[in-house]
Amino acid sequence: MTIISGKKREKIDRLAELAARDEERGVSLWQDAFRRLRRNPAAIVGAIILIVFVLVALVGPFFVPYGPKDTMGIREGVVKVGQGLIPGPSAEHWLGYDHQGRDVFSRMIVGARQTLLVGVVATMIGLAIGALIGGVAGAAAGLGGRWGRWVDTTLMRFIDMLLAMPSLLLAVSIAALLGPSLITVMIAVGMVSVPVFARLLRGSMIAQSNSDYVLAATSLGVRKSKIALSHVLPNSLAPVIVQATLTLATAIIEAAALSYLGLGNPDSATPEWGVMLADAQPWLGIRPALAIYPAVAIIITALGFTLLGEAMREALDPKLRK
Amino acid sequence: MSERSRGDVLVDVRDLKVHFPIKRGVLFDRTVGHVKAVDGVDLRIARGETYGLVGESGCGKSTLGRALLQLTPPTSGEVSFDGVELTTLAPNKLRAMRRRMQMIFQDPMSSLDPRQNVESILTEGLQTHGIGGDRDGRRKIISETLDQVGLPRWALSCYPHEFSGGQRQRIGIARALVLGPELIVADEPVSALDVSIQAQVVNLLDELQDNLGLTYLVIAHDLAVVRHISDTVGVMYLGALVEEAPSDRLYTEPLHPYTRALMSAVPVPDPDVEDRRERILLAGDLPSPANPPPGCRFHTRCPWAQPTRCADERPELREIGGSRVACHWAEQIASGELRPHQVSVELVRPAGEGEEPSVVSAPTEPGSFV
Repeated sequence: MTIISGKKREKIDRLAELAARDEERGVSLWQDAFRRLRRNPAAIVGAIILIVFVLVALVGPFFVPYGPKDTMGIREGVVKVGQGLIPGPSAEHWLGYDHQGRDVFSRMIVGARQTLLVGVVATMIGLAIGALIGGVAGAAAGLGGRWGRWVDTTLMRFIDMLLAMPSLLLAVSIAALLGPSLITVMIAVGMVSVPVFARLLRGSMIAQSNSDYVLAATSLGVRKSKIALSHVLPNSLAPVIVQATLTLATAIIEAAALSYLGLGNPDSATPEWGVMLADAQPWLGIRPALAIYPAVAIIITALGFTLLGEAMREALDPKLRK
Repeated sequence: MSERSRGDVLVDVRDLKVHFPIKRGVLFDRTVGHVKAVDGVDLRIARGETYGLVGESGCGKSTLGRALLQLTPPTSGEVSFDGVELTTLAPNKLRAMRRRMQMIFQDPMSSLDPRQNVESILTEGLQTHGIGGDRDGRRKIISETLDQVGLPRWALSCYPHEFSGGQRQRIGIARALVLGPELIVADEPVSALDVSIQAQVVNLLDELQDNLGLTYLVIAHDLAVVRHISDTVGVMYLGALVEEAPSDRLYTEPLHPYTRALMSAVPVPDPDVEDRRERILLAGDLPSPANPPPGCRFHTRCPWAQPTRCADERPELREIGGSRVACHWAEQIASGELRPHQVSVELVRPAGEGEEPSVVSAPTEPGSFV
């Protein structure tokens, strides 16, 4: 066996080093998580569902064959509710008419935009308020000492009060307080998710505050406010992002529920899946499909968000990293 | 003491105490006692010296290190660093002082922010203290530091999870070094590493001390590592120093009974000696630091415990032939006048004491031992 000369070995080492650098070096945790997300079939399915949904919501309304408020079926005499005549799918009307003679397909497409808007805005409201309260409480409890614990306790008792109320009841009371409208639904659904985000971020931040790298930053002399913003917060966000994705699903369902209960947009001519579901109720005996279309659409969309959210949870979990 | 007082004292710790309150209560927190993690420690570290701190887990050695750096606020006592009293220093001045005293952690993975790459980890301290001026100046300092700790240049753009344990510890060392500190507190710097890597890191620490004139406080439970790198070794038991001596002296001539027991646990690499040598096995567990035994902390487990003094008089650190020992009977034990008990096991753990649930069930008046 020959001994590899020093020079040769050096060369090999350098090559190995170069190869390693090009391939794997400098991959941040976010990049790493995204890479693992792409390999997860559930994430792909969820992402495809959501891309289709978002595309439909954004551009669909420009291409609908009929106006969503156009009661053409009654005008043309095709729909006669009194006689139980609501025609089903046909070549011109892919999903048939509803009880007011409007084209269901057009209403589904336009409704997607409303539904997406409600889900996103409601989640944003919940995320913004919840993350603000939770972030302040978490930073105060983790780094603020005695005074910080007092701030944290005060904020968290408020959150506990929100959490103590059943979510739908809370949403109904908010909706009743503000009067029925689409914005009411968004605020109500958003408020329901505030305590979830607040507790999640707070717990995560307190856990991170006790970690060694926070101690290390303190010993470097970094200010507490900077430690909270540049170390503790970024490391606490992963579960919140996952929760936001999952909340989008529940927000859509809850918004539909509120609309169904009549707390949504009072002008039921404006299509929204929850409203359509509510409108279809009296005609279940004649044309159950009127309820099934929006219901299935809601379920599939919620499923898409849930699949993606769960896949993100897996991808972001540091314990599952190889 | 003569050796120590000759040198220029960098760190002077006097009667340092760190007591953590034990809180209980449903509605209002009520302090029902204190965990006396550090309970009256005096020590001095000379400039350029390595002070090793040993003791079993839970004896308060890590807390002492953190309290020394004011990372855990001390309950009382004084810590003077190069003549500046740290315990009463205003927060802003303390943060400025932190540049001069840094810490190396046990677990290099958890002590590095997983979302920061190496460059950002090393830049943070420089930015905080405004060292190096502009970006280029900082780059220069950082690359010098990388050379010192033996990390390649391409490491800068990498993240902690992409390194091996030894390399991560080098990043941790680089983070401490980049500020140009005088004192480094190393809390179990090698105990999370493989044995082969341990030697590398220990040698690196040695080398850095030679080149940069650093002062170390090394906290460890590995007696061999401590002996290798320390000039002076302090032995801690239940929140207090029981013995302090120059490293070789402590290992060849331990005076305190606890140190003797500790040293007798170090294996000797000679099978004949290993077979014949005397081993002192301590019975029982470390008593709860919330309710430490009165008198000498060690008397409940001490094979040499005497009926007088040990149980009711807390021994001060006394100087005996170059060591400092907290034992009333150190001379008599050293001369062989006192023999260890045969019945030490029963003595150490009287019936009932073993069942006593620790921490919360034993409320003591706060301050009863202060």
